Amino acid sequence: MTFALISIAIIMLGSAAAAMLLRNLIHSALLLILSWASVAAFYLWAGAEFAAFAQILVYVGAISMVVLFAVLLTRQNQVADVVIEPASRQRATTALTVGACLAGILTAAVVASQFPAAALTAPATTVKLIGLELMYRHGAALLIIGVILTVALIGATLLAATEAKRNPEDAP
Amino acid sequence: MTFTANHLWLIPTLPLLAAGLGALAPSKDRRLAAGSAIVAMAVSFVLACLALQSALQAPATHAVANFAWFDLGASPMRLGFLLDPLTAFMCVMVTFVGLLIFIFSLGYMQADANFKQFFCFLSLFAAAMLGVLVANSLLLLFICWELVGLASYLLIGFWFHKPSAAAAAKKAFITTRIGDLGLLLGLLWLYDATGSLLFYDGGQGVLENTALAALAGQTLGGGLALSTAIGLLIFCGAIGKSGQFPLHVWLPDAMEGPTPVSALIHAATMVAAGVFLVARVYPLMQIDAALAAVPVHALTVVAFIGAITALLGAFIACGQNDIKRVLAFSTVSQLGYMMLALGVGSWTAAIFHLLTHAFFKALLFLGAGSVIHAAHHEQDIRLLGGLRPKMKITFATFAIGMMALSGVPFLFSGFWSKEAILHAAHAWDVSHLPLYAGLAAVVLTAFYMTRLVAETFLGQPRSAAAEHAHENSAVMTIPLILLALGAIGLGFLGTPAWPWLQARLSGTELHSSLHHLMEGSGLMLLSIGLVGVGLGLGWWLYGRRLRTTAEARDPLVVTAPQVMAALANRLGFDELYAATVGRLNHFTATLAQGIDRWVLGGLVNFLAQLGVFSGTVNRQLDEDGLNGGFDQISASVRGSGQRYAQAQTGEAHGYLRVMAVAFIVLALVLVLGGAR
Amino acid sequence: MTPLHLCLLISSGLFCIGLTGALARSNTILVLLGIELMLNAANLNFIAFWRFGPAPSPANGMIFVLFAIAVAAAEAAVGLALIIAVYRHQKNIRLQEANTLRG
Repeated sequence: MTFALISIAIIMLGSAAAAMLLRNLIHSALLLILSWASVAAFYLWAGAEFAAFAQILVYVGAISMVVLFAVLLTRQNQVADVVIEPASRQRATTALTVGACLAGILTAAVVASQFPAAALTAPATTVKLIGLELMYRHGAALLIIGVILTVALIGATLLAATEAKRNPEDAP
Repeated sequence: MTFTANHLWLIPTLPLLAAGLGALAPSKDRRLAAGSAIVAMAVSFVLACLALQSALQAPATHAVANFAWFDLGASPMRLGFLLDPLTAFMCVMVTFVGLLIFIFSLGYMQADANFKQFFCFLSLFAAAMLGVLVANSLLLLFICWELVGLASYLLIGFWFHKPSAAAAAKKAFITTRIGDLGLLLGLLWLYDATGSLLFYDGGQGVLENTALAALAGQTLGGGLALSTAIGLLIFCGAIGKSGQFPLHVWLPDAMEGPTPVSALIHAATMVAAGVFLVARVYPLMQIDAALAAVPVHALTVVAFIGAITALLGAFIACGQNDIKRVLAFSTVSQLGYMMLALGVGSWTAAIFHLLTHAFFKALLFLGAGSVIHAAHHEQDIRLLGGLRPKMKITFATFAIGMMALSGVPFLFSGFWSKEAILHAAHAWDVSHLPLYAGLAAVVLTAFYMTRLVAETFLGQPRSAAAEHAHENSAVMTIPLILLALGAIGLGFLGTPAWPWLQARLSGTELHSSLHHLMEGSGLMLLSIGLVGVGLGLGWWLYGRRLRTTAEARDPLVVTAPQVMAALANRLGFDELYAATVGRLNHFTATLAQGIDRWVLGGLVNFLAQLGVFSGTVNRQLDEDGLNGGFDQISASVRGSGQRYAQAQTGEAHGYLRVMAVAFIVLALVLVLGGAR
Repeated sequence: MTPLHLCLLISSGLFCIGLTGALARSNTILVLLGIELMLNAANLNFIAFWRFGPAPSPANGMIFVLFAIAVAAAEAAVGLALIIAVYRHQKNIRLQEANTLRG
């Protein structure tokens, strides 16, 4: 079991790191898809099938498409990005420092923690159970999520919609 | 219908109404002003005659008509009218002489532009003077007394555009005011001591036995008797009004007024008011002061002041060169005689002399007025002369007046009245000094009057004005004639053989006999001799060798130049008063002004500065403190806002970084704090 | 080192990678993707505890993850729409240039 976990982890972390580092946006997006897929594999390894498929459907299926569309719609000249400006170097160093610190602290915290003994098998969650839980106990949250999604998508549509034809003198 | 005290109010009121009419009449309407004045005076004269007739029926009684004026606390302030022989005789004299002078003024003031005002003021004066005479209350008398002073001021300063006339009017008013202050104090003190100001009030009056008995025997802190003090204070008013010794300085200057004014006010009537006042309150003055620690009798002071005045006036008259000034000093001298008479105990003699003096002095003044009017207002006797052939009536009447004044015996009234005075002075047991003064003044009077007549009427005309003089119209000469008749005839009412006037005045029995005439014969012969001496001396120096030119020196000036110069300068009284009283007044005024400006004004300024200072402080506090504080608060708010706004860089990375760091710190805190 | 520890380390690592990437890159889309990584790391944590932690209820963790995925989707959509709108305005998607809301 642990071997599967380690390999999933390596793929996940590796592709994520590579996605953050690469200059080419499309490559970053694709690598990120790989990372998300490996997260879904992790869910499967952990026994949360529903979450795994939800992850694949949403992240790999929808969000990555949206990201790719955005990348394609916002193409810019790559020439300016060849030279690394001092500001971006400073930013990178700061980011790395912060990241390293955080990693250190979290690692220390995790390692030092003691957890009670875990169950041997994953809890039995059927889709029926999930459905019942969603509709009964978390019905309100479900509805609110629905509203959020609706509002977000309407807003996104509005924001990204092509502006109506204007007169040339008007402000862009 | 008999004339009673209840009708007395008519006598002063008619001229008052005439004055009102004259004031309201338009300037061009001379006839209304003059006519109403003369008619009012004439009617008042008739009423005065009726009053005299009524009074003579019961000479010893004092008929009164009292009424309440207003309430002073619990008791009313009462005024009243008094009808007795003194009042009646004085009213007759004032109205008659006044009437004649009014008629004279018709001619004298013909050419003057302010004709109407003149008669308005004359009527006002007449009303006030008659008010003084008929008053039964010292308060009413005082009110009319002040009105008389006002009328005198208005009339002396009638030609106000002349600075000397305006100054003379002011001087007259202020000098008499000083005397009136004493009168007011005496009045108030009398009210305090007796509780009444009425003369006769059915037993409660000030001059009646109850009050007199209450006053007698009271002494003041310094030992002076109360009656003496009050009497002297009331006499102060008489000193001012009648031009007695210390306050005589205004009378000669009052000659700046028109001559009818001089005749009426400053010869016959107003100046006699002082004498009248003392005569009126005589019972008060007579209260014996022998029991006081300082046994000074008020009448003694009166007598000596009168004597000094008589001599002083006569002396200075000898050195004057203006007709009216000679007559003015002569008036001063004669008023001194009257006061002398009052002082030595014979008020009837004083009133007798007052009545005769009114006639012959008014006559002399009107005669002088006639001369002045004819000589186109030339008043210097050195520039006149030779008027006898040209102005026969004036000369004749003036000569009659002169002889009456000098005391030419038997025929003229002045002789008999002066005799009465000298007789009373001789009988005074305190001192004979007033008698000697009176006798000396007799010589001087005859002397200066001879000088005056000689210089004015005799000889040759010494100037163009005298050349062209001619007799005046009847409206001016007829009053002269009537007054001359009075100057002669009045004397026979008071001879020692038949002292009708004195008896009627005092309400005593009339003893007529030649025996009385013989009694005083020694003194009479002496005075006749002195009159002769005076007349002779005057004729010797001035009548025998008549002055030829205006510049020729006066014989007396040749013999005694310094004396004559001093007399011409009126013995320097004006300069003395200016140097002492004037200086003191100026000093106190300066002091008062200094206090007002520097002390009080300084205080006010200081308070103002305080206000300004507090205002400035307030403003500073407001500007710097409040506004500044407020501005500072706003600035600090804005500054802190700006500083806080600096945290909003607009960079998403920055925000994220901060969040990450905060999360790290939080984690550290949780981990190190031991949270699990 | 239980499996739980391992899972937690993995999720921490993913989180830090996502954070670093979000802080370092100037391209807005990459910043957004870094944030998505962080969200995923959180989801990992939830599943790890659902599987290995004491589990009072069988479905809580799962449902939370579902909701988180839904919200992440909505947020990604809105964010990318924003990026497109910003791109229209400033013609590039450098994050530093979108700083007009500074104080």
